[in-house]
Amino acid sequence: MLIKKGIAASLGIVIGKAHILKEENILIEQKEIAPEKIKAEIKRFKDALEKTKLDLDAIRVKVLAVLGKQHAKLIDSHHLILSDPLIAKEVPKLITEKHFNAEFALSEVLDRAEQEFEKIDDEFFHERKHDVFDVGKKIISNLVNSEKVSLKDIKEPVVIIAHNLYPSDTLHIRESNKVLGFCMDLGSKSSHTAIFAQSMGIPAVVGLSDITRQIQSGDLVIVDGEQGMVIISPTVEIIAKYRLRQAELHKQEIFFHRLKGLPAVTRDGHKINLMVNLDSSSDSEELAATRSEGVGLFRTEFLYMNRDAVPTEAEQLKAYSEVARALGPLPLTIRTADIGGDRATQLGIKGLKDERNPFMGFRGIRLFIKYPELLKTQLRAIYKANTAAAVKIMIPMVSSLDEVITVKKMAQEVKTELSEEGFEIKKEPELGVMVEIPAAAIILDSLLGEIDFVSIGTNDLVQYTLAVDRINQYVSELYEPFHPAVLRLINLVVQTAHKKGKPVSVCGEMASDPYAIPLLVGLGVDILSVPMKMYLRAKYSVRTMNFERFSALSQHALGLPTSDQIRKMVEEEVK
Amino acid sequence: MIKKNIRVINELGIHARPAGMLADTASKFTCDLKLIKDKMEVNCKSIMGILTLAAGFGVTLTVVASGKDEAAAVAAIERLFAGKFEEE
Repeated sequence: MLIKKGIAASLGIVIGKAHILKEENILIEQKEIAPEKIKAEIKRFKDALEKTKLDLDAIRVKVLAVLGKQHAKLIDSHHLILSDPLIAKEVPKLITEKHFNAEFALSEVLDRAEQEFEKIDDEFFHERKHDVFDVGKKIISNLVNSEKVSLKDIKEPVVIIAHNLYPSDTLHIRESNKVLGFCMDLGSKSSHTAIFAQSMGIPAVVGLSDITRQIQSGDLVIVDGEQGMVIISPTVEIIAKYRLRQAELHKQEIFFHRLKGLPAVTRDGHKINLMVNLDSSSDSEELAATRSEGVGLFRTEFLYMNRDAVPTEAEQLKAYSEVARALGPLPLTIRTADIGGDRATQLGIKGLKDERNPFMGFRGIRLFIKYPELLKTQLRAIYKANTAAAVKIMIPMVSSLDEVITVKKMAQEVKTELSEEGFEIKKEPELGVMVEIPAAAIILDSLLGEIDFVSIGTNDLVQYTLAVDRINQYVSELYEPFHPAVLRLINLVVQTAHKKGKPVSVCGEMASDPYAIPLLVGLGVDILSVPMKMYLRAKYSVRTMNFERFSALSQHALGLPTSDQIRKMVEEEVK
Repeated sequence: MIKKNIRVINELGIHARPAGMLADTASKFTCDLKLIKDKMEVNCKSIMGILTLAAGFGVTLTVVASGKDEAAAVAAIERLFAGKFEEE
């Protein structure tokens, strides 16, 4: 038995037979090309380029169908690598000037590129070299006409062991359906392959340095994607231990599955409304299957993406109706689009060209108030979609009462228009605001007279309260949802809203954090809205907590001075 | 010859897709286009070259263009950076 430690790239545990994926070791010989044959050699290279282009086109079609747009874009950059002057111009130059054969000239160019990539410290950029070499290898195999040993030919379920998997290999993994997990010598958490494994739900351990030399095809291996370990030829005891762990994980899945349809109620009988967040209307099938209590946040930005004109009322109505139909009488909270100025510019609206700090800039309701037509079109579609009278309207990025009043005035104009057109509004949709800017939390009492509900967007609230840009690597560690200031603001919002009898929901990442859930519920939050894939886990958290206990603990937490102390307190309770 | 400093303002920096967009745009012009970061200089028409710059968020690059359509080329490159390479 041999245990190797690597990097846990994708969760899960799998036990299976190893299948070593041989690197294509095409031996590249240096030959001297006679002067009269140089033209022919360049043509041979150009033909290989052309053939690789066609191959890429074929792969792109498949990738688009199987893996989606984001992955297909990667192939587009592969096309650009093919036409890169470093390859398209430099190789013929080497053939002409140094009389190299095409394969050797290409490998020289790739070696030089590799040296440049090796100098990069930043892991994310360093990993991009694999895109370059994936393409390089394709050209070489087209030059020597060798067929790649395809992953598609695998007959039985195996654990793939490879020195490195290229983006095009991952496609074959998806297609073959026979890959239980994989281990790689190279790779890191942010490499393409790791991201791919996570999205496929296949356990993977990478960065194992020489795993390909430690294993033979057919060896039994355990891939522990939880702890980043690979166990080669495990003992009977270890196998038994891992089978047990696997069964536990499996039981947990089944256990979560059993919670389907059960109410989100605490041990001591306190009921929470557990809803889902939705990012597009294409998820309506999954939405119906989740059997949630409604949609707490329908982000509508997807309607505005990848296009150069504003979405029409009809387009929007279609999207909203689709989701409303899937929900029936359950609430559907539609948030008016939170798009930024740069997006607006691309949609053909004159926005701001260059914002120094877009997070504090022209976005959300600020932009929609400046461009009333955008808001009105969206409101018209929402009113028309409200046939089951369960649609609610939510405004993002509110910071003042004036904004709420302006939106209500516009909504009134839209309603007048609609009734003049003969459209009858059966029931007025409820109107709520997102509390993401601390100012909205602090003046909430003055807003409550104008609105029906409040939803806390914790991601932005944390960011704005702590003045931390979470994607700025220098300060991202200061991003802390358990910061006492954040908890106190949430408490203020709940207390203020409840005084006026208005419900409070939380729809940020905190709402699905197993440690934050008991605190939020303890503070009195009425609705949690979470991503669909987190729905049952969140329900589990609610159903295993004690409301009375956490009401007291949350009050205590409000008095604690540091996030560490708050975290520690919750972690000791939630096991 | 035109020389201009440009800051990377898209969150993910110049990774594969933005590098592709840069090379693609640059290739539409006949002028010589170079990108410089510190002491490193690469051909702006080469996606591989651009990738090796490893230009992350906040980095300032210098674009140098020389040739007939240099003004239009620099303007087009600037637009890509300012538009954050259509990232969300």
